[in-house]
Amino acid sequence: MKTALLEQLLADRVAKRQVVLATDLATGDGRLLYPEEGQGGDAALLDAARRVMVADKSGIVETADGRKVFLHVYNPPLRMLIVGAVHIAQPLSRMAMLTGYDVAIVDPRREFATQDRFPGITLIDAWPDDGVDAFAPDRRTAIVTLTHDPKLDDPALIKVLRSDAFYIGCLGSNRTHAKRVERLTAEGFGAADLVRLRAPVGLDIGAKSPAEIAISVMGQITESLRRPVQVAAGLAAGAAAGSAVGAAE
Amino acid sequence: MGTDGVKQDAVEHEQVLETAAAWKAAGRGVALATVVATWGSSPRPVGSQLVVEEGGDFVGSVSGGCIEGAVVTEARRTIADGQTRLIDYGISDETAWQVGLACGGKCEVFIEPVE
Repeated sequence: MKTALLEQLLADRVAKRQVVLATDLATGDGRLLYPEEGQGGDAALLDAARRVMVADKSGIVETADGRKVFLHVYNPPLRMLIVGAVHIAQPLSRMAMLTGYDVAIVDPRREFATQDRFPGITLIDAWPDDGVDAFAPDRRTAIVTLTHDPKLDDPALIKVLRSDAFYIGCLGSNRTHAKRVERLTAEGFGAADLVRLRAPVGLDIGAKSPAEIAISVMGQITESLRRPVQVAAGLAAGAAAGSAVGAAE
Repeated sequence: MGTDGVKQDAVEHEQVLETAAAWKAAGRGVALATVVATWGSSPRPVGSQLVVEEGGDFVGSVSGGCIEGAVVTEARRTIADGQTRLIDYGISDETAWQVGLACGGKCEVFIEPVE
């Protein structure tokens, strides 16, 4: 590996840029591929890099001209920010940790956000918009708002909608969400922004208990992570049809 | 492996690459070893890395400790001759048992100079 390439790779990691290192196993020639940005290689190689990146699985591919190339995925860590240290946050934060996410919960209400209730979880004692700023969401971040209190959820969502977060889920009924959409529209967000909000949150699996709701949310986040193209297409189609995509209340 | 393993992988990536850059900047000969394929029960996932410097110091891991010695030896050859190497390692049943694995793990390791 060339030193210049190593330095660039380290800089990309610091910038939390998603990068795939392609190394020719016969010659040792390396190059950095940026599938999200469409940079670094030809279409076939970028396509292969996108697949391994989404699957989070490094591996060897064979190019059209018969070369063996190792595609090494350097994804930034998966992270989740939960807004609201409420009951559902307890199973959700634990399941997210098991799934491999670095989890933080923001809630300015100290009686909710206690280490006793959330052992091992980072607790951010701040107003949710400041909490989002501190957490600095990137494209490997999932955000879930759970307070369904506009004065806590909305400031967070206003910040989150301007981030690259791959998933934004909001607890609350269809009616709650319709009002939320009205308020955020008044804040200047358009349909293309608001279609990113998954509400009512979670997959429609009939979840009742907090743990079951956490499962439906974790399932929806996993789908967004692993099938980004299909999920984006589904959301766009749902928005075009004027129907909500997501779970029942 | 679970949560700890995932986080550990992310941390290790940083450590290995930063160590490679630091050793190189200090003027030392450096080689990087990467697990590029695994078969059966292999102790470390594809993408695991080990960085080696000319004196034999290393950071990172490519197995549960079974093949590190052999990889370091090959990496020092790579530092000396500048050639890349692609090497298959079988993990012996006895060793596999000792590190708590099912028998028959195999992995392929790519070794390259940092230049």
